[in-house]
Amino acid sequence: MAQTVLHKANTRGVADHGWLKSYQSFSFAGYYNPDRINFGALRVLNDDIVTGGMGFGEHPHDNMEIISIPLEGELQHKDSMGNVATIKAGEIQVMSAGTGIFHSEYNSDKDNPAKFLQIWLFPNQRNVTPRYDQILLENQHKKNEFIQILSPDKDDAGVWIYQNAWFNLAYFDAENSRTYQLHQPGNGVYIFVLKGQIEVNGQLLETRDGFGIWETDAFDIKAVGDAEFLVMEVPMEF
Amino acid sequence: MSLIQILIIGSNPPIMETIERLINREGIWKATIAFSNDDALEKLHSTNFKMVLLCAGIDQEKLFKEKLLKLYPNLPVITHYGGGSGLLFAEIYQAIL
Repeated sequence: MAQTVLHKANTRGVADHGWLKSYQSFSFAGYYNPDRINFGALRVLNDDIVTGGMGFGEHPHDNMEIISIPLEGELQHKDSMGNVATIKAGEIQVMSAGTGIFHSEYNSDKDNPAKFLQIWLFPNQRNVTPRYDQILLENQHKKNEFIQILSPDKDDAGVWIYQNAWFNLAYFDAENSRTYQLHQPGNGVYIFVLKGQIEVNGQLLETRDGFGIWETDAFDIKAVGDAEFLVMEVPMEF
Repeated sequence: MSLIQILIIGSNPPIMETIERLINREGIWKATIAFSNDDALEKLHSTNFKMVLLCAGIDQEKLFKEKLLKLYPNLPVITHYGGGSGLLFAEIYQAIL
């Protein structure tokens, strides 16, 4: 029988640094909750709002797969590998931090906030050569389908990472439902609702709720109203 | 009150200095850096550490962790991920609380 865990939006950690407001689904920096450390290989899910003209100064990372999904606005990225790029809504950015990388992320639009998801996964290999990539998401608003944006396969749709994980974005019209089939035994799925209401395995989820499900091969997702959500399939043991 | 001693092992100097600074900033912990496995063993021999963090770039990391766990069975040896403040404090809390 499938196992599940529900993380209501209002139970997330909150960090308010003035220039950054961060809603944290799992323990991160100053937010520590021993019951909210990770969901399998998914270790960080931060729902961040960066004030216009502000951002994260240069700081390091190592041994982590770091995925950023802008929801509104844009961020200017610079890193120690020489990459300089702007990432905006409709794109996805990935960094394999490996042996170590320094980077900064700034909201270059002085007048508007940048909203983005910052997602960290434990890698399946430590100490890889750091890498950076960003792509424009194709079919990004195709309705009532799972749109793959990340996988472990360089030749598959979306960006790739050093982990047996698959991410899909979904934009469902009200009353539409689909079955999500897991790619790999032993994986679980964490669903994060970006907008609207959905039902998963009989559980109603609202905007910014998170829901984990594992020990199953497949499950149904139904949109109660029009809804947008992110489906993250990750190994539960890694 | 004496500070809780934490040994951090890794080969990337800027990242190790960042982790050292983040740990020491808390005022209750004291980080000591070892840049090599031999350096780590020497420091473990001379200081009573409360935990070890294995950071990026350690030679033969898996084997070295097994060696440490054999030599010091009561010492938490934690594999560090992230290279900054994001996961660091949860890793320490989980190991020593």
